[in-house]
Amino acid sequence: MSSQQEQLPKDAAAAEGKVNVQINGKWYRFPKGTRIADACNSVGIHVPCFCYHPKLSVAGSCRMCLVEQGMPPRLAPGATPTYNDDGYQTIQWMPRAVVACANTVAENMGIRTDGTVCREARRAVLEFLLTNHPLDCPICDQAGECKLQEYTADYGQPSHRFTEAKIKKGKNISIGPRVNLDQERCVLCRRCVRFMKEIVGEEILGVVGRGGHNAIACFPGKTLDSNYSMNVVDICPVGAMTSKDFRFKMRVWFLKSTPTIDTNCGTGTNIFIWSREQQIYRITPRQNDAVNSCWMPDNHRLNYKYINSEKRILTPLVKTDVGAPQRPGAWEPTLRAVSEQLRRCNPKQTAIIVSARLTNEELYLAGNLAQLLGISQLDIVPRSGEPDGMLICADRNPNTTGAKLILDKDGRTLDDIRLGIKNGKIRHLIVIGEDVTAEAAIPESHLSKLDYLLVIDHSETATTRAADVVLPGVTFAEKYGTMVNITGRLQRLNKAIEPLGASRADWDILRSLLQGSGGDMSLLTARAQSPMEILDEIAAQFPAFKGVSWAAVGNSGIPITETGETIPLIEREQTKQ
Amino acid sequence: MAYIPVKRPKFSILDRIYVVELVRGLGITLKHLVLSLLGKSRSKKDFNGAGIGACMPFPEQRWDDHLPSYYRGAPALVRGEDGRERCVSCQLCEFICPARAIRVVPGSVAPGSSCSKQEKAPAEFEIDMLRCIYCGMCQEVCPEQAIFLSQQYLITPTDRKQAVRNKEQLYRLGGIRKGLIHKWNQFK
Ligand code: SF4
Ligand code: SF4
Ligand code: SF4
Ligand code: FES
Repeated sequence: MSSQQEQLPKDAAAAEGKVNVQINGKWYRFPKGTRIADACNSVGIHVPCFCYHPKLSVAGSCRMCLVEQGMPPRLAPGATPTYNDDGYQTIQWMPRAVVACANTVAENMGIRTDGTVCREARRAVLEFLLTNHPLDCPICDQAGECKLQEYTADYGQPSHRFTEAKIKKGKNISIGPRVNLDQERCVLCRRCVRFMKEIVGEEILGVVGRGGHNAIACFPGKTLDSNYSMNVVDICPVGAMTSKDFRFKMRVWFLKSTPTIDTNCGTGTNIFIWSREQQIYRITPRQNDAVNSCWMPDNHRLNYKYINSEKRILTPLVKTDVGAPQRPGAWEPTLRAVSEQLRRCNPKQTAIIVSARLTNEELYLAGNLAQLLGISQLDIVPRSGEPDGMLICADRNPNTTGAKLILDKDGRTLDDIRLGIKNGKIRHLIVIGEDVTAEAAIPESHLSKLDYLLVIDHSETATTRAADVVLPGVTFAEKYGTMVNITGRLQRLNKAIEPLGASRADWDILRSLLQGSGGDMSLLTARAQSPMEILDEIAAQFPAFKGVSWAAVGNSGIPITETGETIPLIEREQTKQ
Repeated sequence: MAYIPVKRPKFSILDRIYVVELVRGLGITLKHLVLSLLGKSRSKKDFNGAGIGACMPFPEQRWDDHLPSYYRGAPALVRGEDGRERCVSCQLCEFICPARAIRVVPGSVAPGSSCSKQEKAPAEFEIDMLRCIYCGMCQEVCPEQAIFLSQQYLITPTDRKQAVRNKEQLYRLGGIRKGLIHKWNQFK
């Protein structure tokens, strides 16, 4: 690069639409228009931020992200720039720090995050933020994931020079049905205000008061009752916004976070499940820009209580005689009895109702079981509701697309099965993961007319109560598997906790049934020891799944088919950019 | 690998046949025998005993009055002078406990109570005395000065369940600690 004939780095970068930036002495290339904070973070140099959130507009108010910046000298009229041996101009450093979140990178810019200027700026900002901050960490739910705690440990000073009394503000204020506000802990980053305004589109929160008495509050007569309100708890960098549901439940450092997906609707919002010792404490959204950005609806987030509920069935239940009560049984004899019974059933008089809440692997095994037993009447139960124009879609089954791809079923023949049960044509019914008395609208009185009802489900329902045999399956948090969301994206479910009690993963139960029912299915399914191997089989058999594997799906999923459906919130986000 | 030569002491011939040390050791035993026979052994002086033997004749006699001030026994929870539960169930002790003896179930303080500013207090607090190793880490880590190692040393549960102390038992053992922590004062 020493000869002048060769291309200068600035021209080389410009050709790619990028600029050269020196960060802490090393040169990098970033696309034009990248924010300094994002640029630094992308190369592993951490810039602390309170107010900056990549999905919200820039406020530039907390001043935590101050960095030292320099540019090439401004030239006198007529002068030509001079380049050093590496082809860069010298950098003239500015005496004051600039915010990294509101400024973008430029050609030949220099950034320093490790100098005295920057260190001193961070220390001073933290000291300032802490002048009125309460000593609440022992009782603050944010402790352990609090940016203020982390930055104070990393860049702050150990003592406090401010001797005046701290300003008192509101504590533990209920500002909505699901969110509490502690004004003293707030650092006034206004992320919550911007989130409600820009993402939800409702002006609920604002800043009131002046100077040290600045505080976040709801506008008069309004409460934070949006179905997306709990996202402010996630984005609040401190413990000012806290979740009522998670309040004082567990310190976050005890919790294990498992990346998985939400199964409340077809969107398949990416989430983390936070658990400790078989108990689930909370669910938070996980960033996936193709599915849910950084957000999730409150009702989906709070729908986890059934996992550790009393209603869970923890052992196989068997009715030994007509009219006898269900008794707990052991797995092996129960499975043997079920397989034997299934072989005896006349396939013409047998139907299978599977849930579109099952994973692809389970649907595949259910399909195989039907094939093996010669059962042709099989369908899913469609489930729909009002879409909210954000993340919740009309399809309330998480894997309708998967059922369509694997079983080629979409609930249209469910009416025939219902009718068959009503007029006695169907004598035997296998239900997997559904309460058929609910959405499928099969009354209990019809279920009791059946000769044999086998149910695989995780919790007690009207259907399991009517069953001759109940095999305890698990919830989405206790198994591995894949699902396809409404946009045709294949996503992974990860196991957060072990199956409770003696329950077993649904794919495991189905595999045992397949094995027990004999036939020459042994070649494929009996070999697969895990959902990952079953996925390999699916990949080998279905064109849409061609080439996919557990590892390829990853934690962010891959699009495998076109459905024409979109997620409104993601559409909006993409048009905004 | 660096080698660090270890210096071994040089033994003289007397040390090697060790008879001298043996006799000296026997001498100490004999001394105690004689003192015991005369009723003047150490237990008389140190433990107000009968003067027989150098040890405390436990359990007829107890350590209670002879414990050094720094003795560390069973951990206990304390209340402040105002009767406030000092523990805010921050669960730091549960986290630090190397033996995993502590189990805290966090809870809320009732809004109307006199220490409502504290907001949080344990709903349940359990220490398994079969697990506790009396290391004092919980006392060290507690940001609220709510847990202390008491001088209780006689812990004889008859089954595993009994060895687990609940919140009520722990407060009874800990009692009241002087010195107010003003942090949760309503006016602070
Ligand atoms: S917001 Fe952070 S620093 Fe403030 S009390 Fe809570 S955990 Fe501590
Ligand atoms: S409540 Fe939290 S998110 Fe809102 S301004 Fe305060 S610190 Fe920021
Ligand atoms: S005893 Fe102390 S360390 Fe343990 S939970 Fe209570 S306040 Fe926290
Ligand atoms: S993050 Fe840049 S000013 Fe707040």
